[in-house]
Amino acid sequence: METALKKSELVARLRSDILALQGFRAPALGVKHDDFGLGPVMKAFPQGVFPRVGMHEFISESAEQTAATSGFMAALAGKMMKQDGLCVWVGTRRTVYPFGLSQFGVSPDRVIFVDLKKDKDLLWAIEEALKCDALSVVVGEIKELNLTESRRLQLTVEESKVTGLLHRVSPRLSNPIAAVCRWRISPLPGVEDQILPGIGFPRWQVQIEKVRNGEPGSWPLEFRDGTFELTSDSVSFHQYVSKVG
Amino acid sequence: MKRYVAIWLRHLLVDRVLLTRPELEGKPFVLATRERNRVVVEASSRDALKLGIEAGMVLADARAVQPDLEVLDYDLALPEKLLRALAEWAIRYSPLVAVDLPDGLILDATGCAHLWGSEAAYLKDIATRLKSSGYDVRTAMADTIGTAWAVTRYSRSFPIIAPGEQLSALLPLPPHALRLEAPVIEKMQKLGLYQIKSFIHMPPSVLRRRFGQTTLDQIGKALGTIHEAFEPVRPAEPYHERLSSLEPIQTAAGIEIAIQKLLEKLCERLVKDGKGARQAVLRCYRIDGEIQQVQIGTSGPSCSASHMFKLFELRVASIEPALGIELFVMEAPVVEPLANAQEALWDLNSGNKITRIAELIDRLSARAGSGVIHRYLPAQHHWPERAITEATSLTDQPEIEWRTDQHRPVQLLSEPERIIVSAPVPDYPPMLFRYKGDIHRIKKADGPNRIEQEWWIADGLHRDYYAVEDEQGGRYWIFRLGHYNEELTAEWFIHGFFA
Repeated sequence: METALKKSELVARLRSDILALQGFRAPALGVKHDDFGLGPVMKAFPQGVFPRVGMHEFISESAEQTAATSGFMAALAGKMMKQDGLCVWVGTRRTVYPFGLSQFGVSPDRVIFVDLKKDKDLLWAIEEALKCDALSVVVGEIKELNLTESRRLQLTVEESKVTGLLHRVSPRLSNPIAAVCRWRISPLPGVEDQILPGIGFPRWQVQIEKVRNGEPGSWPLEFRDGTFELTSDSVSFHQYVSKVG
Repeated sequence: MKRYVAIWLRHLLVDRVLLTRPELEGKPFVLATRERNRVVVEASSRDALKLGIEAGMVLADARAVQPDLEVLDYDLALPEKLLRALAEWAIRYSPLVAVDLPDGLILDATGCAHLWGSEAAYLKDIATRLKSSGYDVRTAMADTIGTAWAVTRYSRSFPIIAPGEQLSALLPLPPHALRLEAPVIEKMQKLGLYQIKSFIHMPPSVLRRRFGQTTLDQIGKALGTIHEAFEPVRPAEPYHERLSSLEPIQTAAGIEIAIQKLLEKLCERLVKDGKGARQAVLRCYRIDGEIQQVQIGTSGPSCSASHMFKLFELRVASIEPALGIELFVMEAPVVEPLANAQEALWDLNSGNKITRIAELIDRLSARAGSGVIHRYLPAQHHWPERAITEATSLTDQPEIEWRTDQHRPVQLLSEPERIIVSAPVPDYPPMLFRYKGDIHRIKKADGPNRIEQEWWIADGLHRDYYAVEDEQGGRYWIFRLGHYNEELTAEWFIHGFFA
């Protein structure tokens, strides 16, 4: 009994050590971590802490998903930038409307858009931006990248502690990349019998397909007054567990 | 033996005004300034002088003489600025040029005149060039500054005083020519000493007792017995460094070392002067006579060698050393004063942060080309394309708040795209629309939200915007152009996607 307890303690300690080595810091006692207003999604992350030091991969297939993903990324970036942070948004054919970002808690004048002309400059520009630790977050819109390239970005992030959000719009193949988390955000239709007219708050099906050392899942969320909340109707609520490393 | 040239620009300020405003030619005008509750004339044009309006007159008196007198502001710092610029120009005649306030220049012409053939040709060249650019000028040459000065202002004789002839040149001139103080001159006039020859031969002890030591000093300076200090103008040295190599350099590593060395020297100078480079040019002189040139630009004044090196590093590959480079020249043609480190930007905690971001931006635009970096500020327009303006620099702050009460899409198409809709009645949102071959059935809609073209900026029809949501939850921003019209089918467009 006693040895079993010791063993489980040992395993727990080893696990936290491994997490620390992989760039996740355990929530220190008394230190309040940014919860990003993500609510139920936080449970998916190792030890319930949003992995700041890492690349997050977002995949979208259609124009609607792209818009939803942009909004979700903007909301996340807004949480990371707080009051005085800065964001660099790298892409080639940008359709993001800076004015629209203000609804997601981002002051658009704090976002520096890098609109590159050539695709081959993308990776280099994202890496350069990630190296600059004066930034809070870097958003990169890139279609294809392979494991080696993403590993390079991940290493840069671990060095500089700048969070990277990679948005892959309709990639040819969703090959595994060295990201801590793979997200898929799709728009959700509003509640059918709503009393109030109009389209209401942004609603998304937030799906974490892969998360390193965490539990993937899927949640219907609504972005309301700067926080993410579970939508009131849990009809589409569907959490599945799959073993994905 | 020294030779000096004095240049007297009698109507310096007036000539300057006429150069910038030629329409004043032939009109009486004055430059005036406020002095102890009254406006005093500081300089008057030739036509005003003819009317008896002189410097030192009160403007009210001048106006009494000439009621439609043109009055211009007198800039206290202007004479010095003008003279300094002229002095820098005059370095073509002598390396040592001094400003002689308020209206003259002194050139140390020792050993210079023979390059023009003779002293007369030398003086004539100076005078004609200044006259052709519009300045009224008188020149003189003598062994001492004092004599040259006196001859320009007070003598009508030949302006070249032969070596050692100072005394004879000065004798017929009034005491003013010795640059004496006003009370001393007044005293001399009272005593009837109207010409220098009437007192210059008096014993020094007598002169000292009557008129003070300064009078003796001034006489000595004019005659050349006392040395007169001469402070030449130093033109701003360009930020320019050169490095020659013993052996021709052919490798990229060698070029990088050269760049690093040059940048270190250049930045050392920049830091000392509190300046930062906005542009730097590297010229590589090859042994076959070709010159290879690379150039970088920075988004803000920079005096960091490592940063500029990173920018050059991206360009090293474009330098072709061929047989080798024997000389590297680094130049900073555009420099700007360094902003204070405290200058807060976006209330960042550390000023260091912004320089690092500026350096990042420089690296990005150095590689990917200019015009890739954009930052936006809110503008006071409802028209979506005009609701944001591009910020010109990193330090621009928004003048108005970003509005969050307007529902705007997160993705905006650069050009609205045509869609086919079926809309029931005017001013109702459509029931369905077809975009890129897909039919979207609209479940919910907000609108219409009419946005008019601003007629003072552009012509065109207004747009009635609807935010709509389809069955799948996709949210779109669509609009109808212009009014609903029974004869014409309404034109509908999609303009953006909501998150």
